[in-house]
Amino acid sequence: MLKIKDLHANVEDKEILKGINLEVKAGEVHAIMGPNGSGKSTLASVIAGNENFEVTKGSIELSGEDLEDVSPEERAHKGVFLSFQYPVEIPGVSVTNFMKTAINESRKAKGLEDMPAKDMLKLIREKSELLEIDRKFLSRSLNEGFSGGEKKRNEIFQMAMLEPKVAILDETDSGLDIDALRIVASGVNKLKSKDNAVILITHYQRLLEYIVPDYVHVLHNGKIVKSGGKELALELEEKGYDWLKQETAV
Amino acid sequence: MAYTEEELKKELETKEYEYGFYTDIESETFPNGLNEEIVIAISKKKGEPEWMTLWRLEAFKYWKEMVEPEWANVHYEKPDFQAISYYSAPKKADPNKTLDDVDPELLEMYKKLGISVDEQKKLQNVAVDIVMDSVSVATTFKKTLAEKGIIFCSISEAIKEHPELVKKYIGSVVPQRDNFYAALNSAVFSDGSFCYIPKGVRCPMELSTYFRINQAGTGQFERTLVIADEDSYVSYLEGCTAPSRDENQLHAAVVELIALDGAEIKYSTVQNWFPGNKEGKGGVYNFVTKRALCEKNAKVSWTQVETGSAVTWKYPSCILKGDNSIGEFYSIAVTNNYQQADTGTKMVHIGKNTKSTIISKGISAGKSQNSYRGLVQVNSRAEGARNFSQCDSLLMGNECGAHTFPYIEAKNKSAMIEHEATTSKIGEDQIFYCNQRGIDTEKAIALIVNGFSKEVLNKLPMEFAVEAQKLLEISLEGSVG
Ligand SMILES: Nc1ncnc2c1ncn2[C@@H]1O[C@H](COP(=O)(O)OP(=O)(O)OP(=O)(O)O)[C@@H](O)[C@H]1O
Ligand SMILES: [Mg+2]
Repeated sequence: MLKIKDLHANVEDKEILKGINLEVKAGEVHAIMGPNGSGKSTLASVIAGNENFEVTKGSIELSGEDLEDVSPEERAHKGVFLSFQYPVEIPGVSVTNFMKTAINESRKAKGLEDMPAKDMLKLIREKSELLEIDRKFLSRSLNEGFSGGEKKRNEIFQMAMLEPKVAILDETDSGLDIDALRIVASGVNKLKSKDNAVILITHYQRLLEYIVPDYVHVLHNGKIVKSGGKELALELEEKGYDWLKQETAV
Repeated sequence: MAYTEEELKKELETKEYEYGFYTDIESETFPNGLNEEIVIAISKKKGEPEWMTLWRLEAFKYWKEMVEPEWANVHYEKPDFQAISYYSAPKKADPNKTLDDVDPELLEMYKKLGISVDEQKKLQNVAVDIVMDSVSVATTFKKTLAEKGIIFCSISEAIKEHPELVKKYIGSVVPQRDNFYAALNSAVFSDGSFCYIPKGVRCPMELSTYFRINQAGTGQFERTLVIADEDSYVSYLEGCTAPSRDENQLHAAVVELIALDGAEIKYSTVQNWFPGNKEGKGGVYNFVTKRALCEKNAKVSWTQVETGSAVTWKYPSCILKGDNSIGEFYSIAVTNNYQQADTGTKMVHIGKNTKSTIISKGISAGKSQNSYRGLVQVNSRAEGARNFSQCDSLLMGNECGAHTFPYIEAKNKSAMIEHEATTSKIGEDQIFYCNQRGIDTEKAIALIVNGFSKEVLNKLPMEFAVEAQKLLEISLEGSVG
């Protein structure tokens, strides 16, 4: 579904991604771990098409289509979703209005009519229940004054509303309390299917106990230096990253 | 929201000023220039009584001695007042006409503007008095209003039919010699609207006027007078669009509101005069004097959305004369390309326990300059006066400017005055966040701007709010890149 080949990307002439290879098939869950500053969020941004990063080499394919000339909004229409590590605030725009706009823009891109208000309400009700979100919350300005955990839960609510093909969750677990983590994780599990894929960026094994990955990758200094099954996460939890850093330095 | 995405999409596809067409209607136009004879001729043309002619002449006398104000933070080529024609009327206009008799070309024009009279008729809840090239061409819903004793007509008609009211109130809030443009308007005003709500009456519908400049080189000098008698209520809507022109057009209106004891007036404006093209050529000069007088327990709210004009100079104000009276000012001013706006308000607290609220939202894009200038004045007798002001600016790009000039004059120690100001920029991260959710950049900006302006948009009557949202989007088109 998502095929990344020898991906190199710069920001302000500094190379951050130095040759990433990754294939994510439909129905799979991949976890990406790695030390701070190793390039995890950068990879997520580049997949989503953030133009602050310049792709200097390599390619990203979604369902066989090269994304090179595809704008961020078109990638979203094609099913790429990014749960941001740091969601931004948009004052005065309610969560509901934002979602309505997002859904209708995607529909418009597909030549569909706006979603009827009735269906929209039903969808909102269904998804807010799934993530145990108080409906009052949805009339508040997007992320404005939200607590760290509320922001993350709201990201997953948006994911639930948009039903993406490939969802990248960038440290969605950080900031969530224990109950919220369980709710969000079970939400993600319910949204998972054989037709979509999830990439989890995380520092902690705990999330992976709830959403069990098929593969775990370690990103270090812009490269995937190790891949393995879910046991790799446990090993990292125990040993840290130093042994890997040494291994790759050799 | 009531607008459909389809409508919005259509609007967004229009890159150039969409109302930039010119309808060719035979006009009866006076020769250029201004002198006493022209003033008398205007008055005569309109069949005015002598007192009105004299009043105009008095204003003209003041005007000759005045100089144009210089202090606003705007720069423009001064209009040549002798190169303007001071009267122009669509020839076929006839006050006795019904809507069905209206010049089909006019109707066509309204259609292009999206305000076809046919549609307006169906709107049922909106009475429309259309001021077109200075003369009212059609008035609707007069009967319903008349049943309640409400008078809603052109000012010319009011001068003839209700001279006692006009004589008593015209110039009572904005005197002839108030300022340069008010004096000019008083001398040569061509037409405008008049509204009177009797004691204790709640006006059952939104009163609405559409203004439009049509003749090349014709200055527009509208005069509006709204009187809300004791304990009455009225909501008045004013909307403007203008066709594109190469030469600058002058618009100098005067609006006077009188809210007697316990009365409430809501005055909403969506202003969309031609702002000039991308190079800053053409566009309307808009110098407007708007002021309200509030008697005891009265309340006046000014709400305005300003997207147009090359140069705007406008300060809707409230004189809070009566005890416990309330003045409110809610404003969104958008400037793009080379537009300049110097707007704001004056709240003059005279009575005890008077309250005022000012919410100003300035949005600047392109190379435009957007200034807010507000005066809060508390007189020595205004015990317990309170003001809250909030001025927020949103910048798009690095070439535009936002300026805030709050002036506070408090002569009573018990006054409580609060002022808050913020300046923000639309962030790339906000845009990318929207993009990532499938919202393109143009739409993202519209969304962010609408969010920024929400507090003010919420104050507008529903049908106006929709129009205002669309206008915000149109006026900021192409402002990123
Ligand atoms: N816009 C930018 N300008 C300059 N440097 C940047 C920019 N964005 C990212 N970087 C740098 O790129 C590197 C990778 O950053 P990235 O955010 O991808 O790390 P990360 O793996 O997500 O880290 P963390 O675990 O702390 O979230 C860091 O050194 C960071 O400082
Ligand atoms: Mg990160």
